[in-house]
Amino acid sequence: MNPIIKEITAAQVKTDITSFKVGDGVRVHTKVREGDKERIQVYAGIVIARKGHGIHETFTVRRISYGEGVERVFPVNSPNIEKIEVERESENMRARLYYLRNRQGKAAVAVKERRFEDTAAAAAKS
Amino acid sequence: MISSLLGKKIGMTQVYDAQNVLVPVTVVEAGPCSVVQVKTVETDGYNAVQIGFSTKKAKNTSKAELAHAKKAGLDNAPRVLGEVRLTAASTLKVGDVVTVATFAEGQFVDVIGVSKGKGFQGVVKRFRVAGGPATHGSMFHRRIGSIGMRQTPGRTWKNQSMPGHMGSDARTVQNLRVVKVIADKNLILVKGAIPGANGDDVLVRSAIKGQPKAVKA
Repeated sequence: MNPIIKEITAAQVKTDITSFKVGDGVRVHTKVREGDKERIQVYAGIVIARKGHGIHETFTVRRISYGEGVERVFPVNSPNIEKIEVERESENMRARLYYLRNRQGKAAVAVKERRFEDTAAAAAKS
Repeated sequence: MISSLLGKKIGMTQVYDAQNVLVPVTVVEAGPCSVVQVKTVETDGYNAVQIGFSTKKAKNTSKAELAHAKKAGLDNAPRVLGEVRLTAASTLKVGDVVTVATFAEGQFVDVIGVSKGKGFQGVVKRFRVAGGPATHGSMFHRRIGSIGMRQTPGRTWKNQSMPGHMGSDARTVQNLRVVKVIADKNLILVKGAIPGANGDDVLVRSAIKGQPKAVKA
């Protein structure tokens, strides 16, 4: 990247983002402006993709809302994102979970969860 | 004061504005430009100022160029020279320096540059001619088709689209909003795309069609 461009965007790239990865169940707290009032709206779902880098980085959150699949793309560095909470961590072998789009019912939200034993075993191994 | 600057296209990126909206911007390194020559009605028949941007290596500078630059008090000849026409005699004098502070955030600018060269292109790319079907044995894919009628008019009209050289043309993009001015680095961020490749020379001027109502420059 051009050093000048990097410098311009550096100030707006967040450095304190909660670390989350594809497959994680997250709650995204977004600022919503209604007239001159501002409130926080929470959007919860599974991160199915994380794309781009630097200021352009985005992530896609998929959820099943009233039986209908809904996907929302958030810019990672948006000032409108108050915070991101990770509800459940996953253990995924894929960078994009687009296969969830073809699933129905319980399978549509099934992502391999990271278990406590797994992390303990991993820690013991290293 | 003139409201034109010569500069260099750095590249595109995105920034969040005051309303937290992600805006696509082009970064232009504009100026500082020194006034190299002032033209007046008496001496040249019209009013203008000649401005210079960047510097040329000494080994690439001719004696004439160097002498011209020395008149403006410059040690090196500018790499790019450009002229800005004025309606009235200039208040600027030879040797004055114009910087990016000329532009204010929120105002509109026009950017003039040379578009990227595309080489010799067919009519589909060059003039957006529809072309023929790809399949079903048409044997008529990206061709131009008919270029005229019969005995009347008996010739091909002017401006008939045909293959030829595309790009590398001087192009002006009007009414681009200035998103940000970074004066200490001589940078200006304009909303949207501008002609040319990164690193190409451009001219940034205050929009000739006027300014948005809130900001009168």
